[in-house]
Amino acid sequence: MSLMMSDALKQSVRFKLDPTQRRLLLLLAALVVVFTLILGGGLFSQAALFSMGIQLPEFAILSLAMMLTLLSGGLDLSIIATADLAAVTAAYALHALIPHMGLAGVPIALAAGLGIAVLIGLVNGILIAVLGVSPILATLGTMTAVKGVGLGVTHGGVVSGFPAAVTFLGNGTVYGVPFSLLILAAIAVPLGLMLAKSPLGTFIALTGTDEKVIRYSGVSTRSVILKVYVLSAVLSAIAGFIMMGRFNSANPSYGESYLLVTILAAVLGGVDPNGGFGNIGGVLIALIVLQLISTAFNLLGLNPFLTLAIWGGTLIVTAGLGIARGRLGSIPSLWRRTQ
Amino acid sequence: MLKRFLATHEFRLLIAAIALTVCLALGSPRFLAPQNLLDLLANTAFVGMLASGLLVVLVAGSIDISFTATASIAQYVAILAAGHAGVGLVGTVLIACVIGTLLGMLNAWLVSVLRMSSIIVSIAMLNIYFGLLMLFSNGQQIFSMPDWFPDALSWVVGTAPNGDPYVLNAQIIGLILSFAVTWFLLNRTGIGRQVRALGGNQEAARRVGFRPLRLSLIAFGYLGFTAGLASLVQAQLAQSVTPNVLVGRELNVLAAVVLGGASLAGGQGTVLGTILGVAVLAIMENGFILIGVSSYWSQCFIGLVIIGGVAVIGLERKRQRNHASRVIAGPAMTARTITGGTE
Amino acid sequence: MTTAANVLELSGISRRFGGVRALSDIDLEVRAGEVHCLAGENGSGKSTLIKIISGVQPPEPGGRIVIGGEPCAHLSAAESIQRGIQVIYQDLSLFPNLTVAENIAIAQHHRPGLVKWSVIRRKADEAMRQLGIQLDLDAYVADLPIAQRQLVAICRAMAADARLVIMDEPTASLTRHEVDALLSLTRQMKSRGIAVMFVSHRLDEVLEVSDRVTVLRNGEKLGTFDAAGMTDRALGELMIGRSFSYETQSFPHPEAPVVLAVDGLSREGDFQDISLCVRRGEILGITGRLGSGRTEFALSLFGMNPADDGRITVDGHELALRHTTREAIAAGIAYVPEDRLTLGLAMRHSIADNLLLTTLKNLAGPVGLVPDGRRIERPRFWIEALGIKAPQSENPVGTLSGGNQQRVVLAKWLATKPRLLILDSPTVGVDIGAKDGIYAAIRELAAEGIAVIVISDEIPEVFYHTHRVVVMQHGRMTGELTPAGCSEVELRRTVDA
Repeated sequence: MSLMMSDALKQSVRFKLDPTQRRLLLLLAALVVVFTLILGGGLFSQAALFSMGIQLPEFAILSLAMMLTLLSGGLDLSIIATADLAAVTAAYALHALIPHMGLAGVPIALAAGLGIAVLIGLVNGILIAVLGVSPILATLGTMTAVKGVGLGVTHGGVVSGFPAAVTFLGNGTVYGVPFSLLILAAIAVPLGLMLAKSPLGTFIALTGTDEKVIRYSGVSTRSVILKVYVLSAVLSAIAGFIMMGRFNSANPSYGESYLLVTILAAVLGGVDPNGGFGNIGGVLIALIVLQLISTAFNLLGLNPFLTLAIWGGTLIVTAGLGIARGRLGSIPSLWRRTQ
Repeated sequence: MLKRFLATHEFRLLIAAIALTVCLALGSPRFLAPQNLLDLLANTAFVGMLASGLLVVLVAGSIDISFTATASIAQYVAILAAGHAGVGLVGTVLIACVIGTLLGMLNAWLVSVLRMSSIIVSIAMLNIYFGLLMLFSNGQQIFSMPDWFPDALSWVVGTAPNGDPYVLNAQIIGLILSFAVTWFLLNRTGIGRQVRALGGNQEAARRVGFRPLRLSLIAFGYLGFTAGLASLVQAQLAQSVTPNVLVGRELNVLAAVVLGGASLAGGQGTVLGTILGVAVLAIMENGFILIGVSSYWSQCFIGLVIIGGVAVIGLERKRQRNHASRVIAGPAMTARTITGGTE
Repeated sequence: MTTAANVLELSGISRRFGGVRALSDIDLEVRAGEVHCLAGENGSGKSTLIKIISGVQPPEPGGRIVIGGEPCAHLSAAESIQRGIQVIYQDLSLFPNLTVAENIAIAQHHRPGLVKWSVIRRKADEAMRQLGIQLDLDAYVADLPIAQRQLVAICRAMAADARLVIMDEPTASLTRHEVDALLSLTRQMKSRGIAVMFVSHRLDEVLEVSDRVTVLRNGEKLGTFDAAGMTDRALGELMIGRSFSYETQSFPHPEAPVVLAVDGLSREGDFQDISLCVRRGEILGITGRLGSGRTEFALSLFGMNPADDGRITVDGHELALRHTTREAIAAGIAYVPEDRLTLGLAMRHSIADNLLLTTLKNLAGPVGLVPDGRRIERPRFWIEALGIKAPQSENPVGTLSGGNQQRVVLAKWLATKPRLLILDSPTVGVDIGAKDGIYAAIRELAAEGIAVIVISDEIPEVFYHTHRVVVMQHGRMTGELTPAGCSEVELRRTVDA
């Protein structure tokens, strides 16, 4: 009886934070203090907060895409390329349709971009789930091909000049809140629910660590992986649209250095790089931490290349700490219990 | 013996390479001109030498994509030393190789001792190395080479009909040498065979007394060493050092090695396969230029070739696995298959 | 007494892990050229003893190890190998990507410098000749069947100048023929003065070829006995510490409705023309050597290894031959593989997640989300129903004891309300003491109306704990017997025929 009650009690405290999230919030608080001391109030002026709020969503959505594939035990190297190509596709569609049908062309153009993304996701999924290709290689191939298509079509240039409806995606606000932030929320909430409470969420996590087990339990891992990579591509496309809105241009080579940051955000947020474990809350907090550091570095005038090196170092330290904790921590010693 | 070869992946790749060559030769007569071929070899040297080094790491069961950053650092420091500190040929080569080897070994240590996923380690290290290099170099190119540098290690071996010399240069020598040394390492040395065994079954290697950390250090160190050499060869070809131009090509190198049959799981891959993989990609790029395909589209085709290549290899492996599990036919075996490697 | 004729002598060997005593004061001697069996259930300390002999783990201070007459203080793995101790693990520890020759002579690669391929070939040839084996030296181990891989492993031990070869469960994956070949190989090694130590739970095979048997129980040595005077029943009783006797089971409801009807089921290369039926509440045993196609047949029912021809009917409804696992489960078929824990449990994930795995889709609400209440209540139900000792259902299932883990696997499948439960080798790896519990559980499930198929290659197990036995060989059904109406010897004869 008492066992049932303790479980029920746990579930009722819905906002219980896991250790990673707690650690990250502490880190966030510490950074806020440190940066305020160094930079004064400038860091939290309305302008600075707004600029953080504008930049965060595209990173966040890309990081969520990366998180999905990491959870499933893989890695999607093609997310940036997919984001760019989806944007380029939508851009060309806009230029073709707007003169004829006005703003009605916007949703069609975006749909075209999403369609391309779904196709890319399917190619990845089929390579990985059906043909058994390693996710690194499969997404490497698609990344190269997709970027190549983008370059070929644009001849290395950019496509720019979109109607206000599109730039609103990246720069618009609703009651002072950036619209892109609302898009992020509209994605993060259902995605979080899916991962935490739906069967698919459990299956994704288990595919990452114990693919054979769930196959023997009647789950089609093929379908799970296909869904993961298509979803990842669709999220990338949405991020691409936001970037397109923000810069009022679509560029096939944009943002290649983002790949590291998305992996960093996921790993920092508690996602196990080998798959199976992690949640959205942790990744979102990690993204806020990284965005804060990035803005602070900017204000401090730090060389962007130094920032890059620091991201790399942080990833090593975070992943290394995670493993050290795992080895010294609970699970191995509990496993040694015998009958 | 011959029959065995016909069934291998390398044979199929050879056919593909020959088919490509024939098609391109028909499409553009300039393709087979000796000067074009020599140029092709020289231009492929950088990627080819790196591929021969990366092969060893893949065979060991790991992966590293930070070697272009390693090469950039080795190149920058060595050429700087050569130009400003008056270090000679031997010294320059030594500096580049030592830096490359040490940076490679650092990766090995992180992967082995900290037991981290090697792809994540190398993505992180790539950015650390690259970021620090750009920070300290301020992105500045080096144009002032020492006098002996531009013509080091080149000999004229003939003359073209139009009077231009055929040159056997450092690029071609480097390319041939690195494949030869890699072949020797993997096939004729005990260490090389230990590396291959490690990639095939890490636990068994440990039980037989091979030391995984030592072998990792050697494999990653060798890749770094090769990166150092390749970076000098590239600097001579470009007649300049640009710190941010090499990074970004690591995935081309990986594509070539994987196309050649190396597996990310470890224990698989031959020098012949790697040579063919590099050749196929290089021939395609060169061919496109000659035919007049816009270079903007060439990357797309290469990507499609990669996708096609890994798909075919994936199918080959799947067929092999189905065959093997039939032959073994036992419940214990379907559960406990012998696998090795980290990925 | 130290005799030069003893290849291995252990005295006073103990080992502790935390508070648990894995080994207490073990004395053991293995004579040169002897075939010695180490018998004991899981937890008896066999594996720990092997690890100590091979230098992988040290004994507690006070223990003495003498190899070939020379005492070894602080024995390391390398030293143990050097002194002639070779362990062939159950997974064989071979390199699938290397050739047979290279695998056999792998120790050569320790030498610094260049590889001498001619020396490698010569050593491999020599090892094969000594054992009278012929293998293709240039074949890759990945392409070899398990029996041949085992030969490679044994040759490797020979090439390393072994004086004592320890084989861990060598016959687990072999057909009868192959077991015979292995046993005669053992005699060959014996004639060359090499001692062989078998660690096995296949008592009948072990006694066939051994000179002496050492029995361990709970970390203590019960004694060393001459194999000649021992029966496997007596040995089994020693291993668990009590005597056991079973009676055959009769099926009480021969007119019960048929749950599973299989007609002429065939799959190229695996099995041919299998026709059988199982009724509600009946326990059907399927036995036969490995290679007989039993597991392949079961997997065909389960949707993982689709048959090419024939009919499958469950409760009157026909199942398409190429059905998926999900469809099999929906039709009421549940399959627990031999490797229950590796294939049945996601160790690092929670007990609740594991329990819900098979039924999660059915628990989802209208929006596709599973309500939190169900995620707690359902696991709780099964934990209580099967008496699983789990303080919190959120803990990783890997923290449970082995027995409780098995219960989680069973619960997972019972949750699908199966009409047919297929258990593949359900007691492999389970202590003799706990086997009783499993047999009782099977009887209970049958009594509740579930049709059960037990696949096993232990003849006593199917004889005493099933209602009817089907014998398979090389993919075909070669016999069908009712234990209540025949003898164990008859069954054995049909299997070995």
